[in-house]
Amino acid sequence: MEVPILKQGHYLIATFQAELSDADLLRLRDALVTQVGKFRSRGVIVDVTVLDVMDSFASRTLRDIAHMIRLRGAETVIVGFQPEVAFAMVQLGLTLEGVPTALDLEEGLLYLDQKTKVREYELGTLSRGRGKPLS
Amino acid sequence: MSASKETTIRVLVESDVDIVVARQQGRTLACELGFLSTDLTIIATVISELARNIVLYAQKGEIVLSCSSQNGKLGIVIMACDKGPGIPNTMLAMQDGYSTSRSYGLGLPGAKRLVDDFEIISKSGQGTTVTAKKWLR
Repeated sequence: MEVPILKQGHYLIATFQAELSDADLLRLRDALVTQVGKFRSRGVIVDVTVLDVMDSFASRTLRDIAHMIRLRGAETVIVGFQPEVAFAMVQLGLTLEGVPTALDLEEGLLYLDQKTKVREYELGTLSRGRGKPLS
Repeated sequence: MSASKETTIRVLVESDVDIVVARQQGRTLACELGFLSTDLTIIATVISELARNIVLYAQKGEIVLSCSSQNGKLGIVIMACDKGPGIPNTMLAMQDGYSTSRSYGLGLPGAKRLVDDFEIISKSGQGTTVTAKKWLR
């Protein structure tokens, strides 16, 4: 099953479907790494809300995605880990260290906004180049 | 409840798509046995790790799912069998972070932490059988 990638302003949003095979995950990884350049995206949100299993392969692929996207100059945040998935992951030793996570899509967008300052630029509240807000 | 003590589900595992099928079947059986949300995720995760090991190391094998009862407790039995190269050192394979592939090396020790009973029988050149049991609380 393909993972749809939506373009939302400066961000890409990939929403996981229920059951993904290893091949699906690798296709998603490749697509995101390519599209982040094509659309000159500043951030990527991977939404795993409907996911009910996160095993070591899926976890490693998510980490790879986040690291590759960073090398491409954008930020990644994983959103929507369910309580039982978080529990199983910690028991397995899959802590996704170094990969930003957020509660849900809304929090993920907020995180990216802070991280990339895209919104501030658009609203003109931050002066380009100086990094200081205009009063 | 349609799952009976005689229920046995066999899933042939030889590609990554079969891993998905195996954990779906396991989740369905566990659900019929009365396992709740967190345990369903745990059972599906264990099946995923064991099935992945089959694909990765033995290329082909089988996940056998069944029910078991012990001291009045009902549980699910997950058996992963293959006729692959076997694990030369099961003690080493059970250590966190040990891997002969390029993975985290958390599959087997992680799966063990997730279940109540865990057993590996492996002979070099003859294959591996992993049996994991989770009891209904």
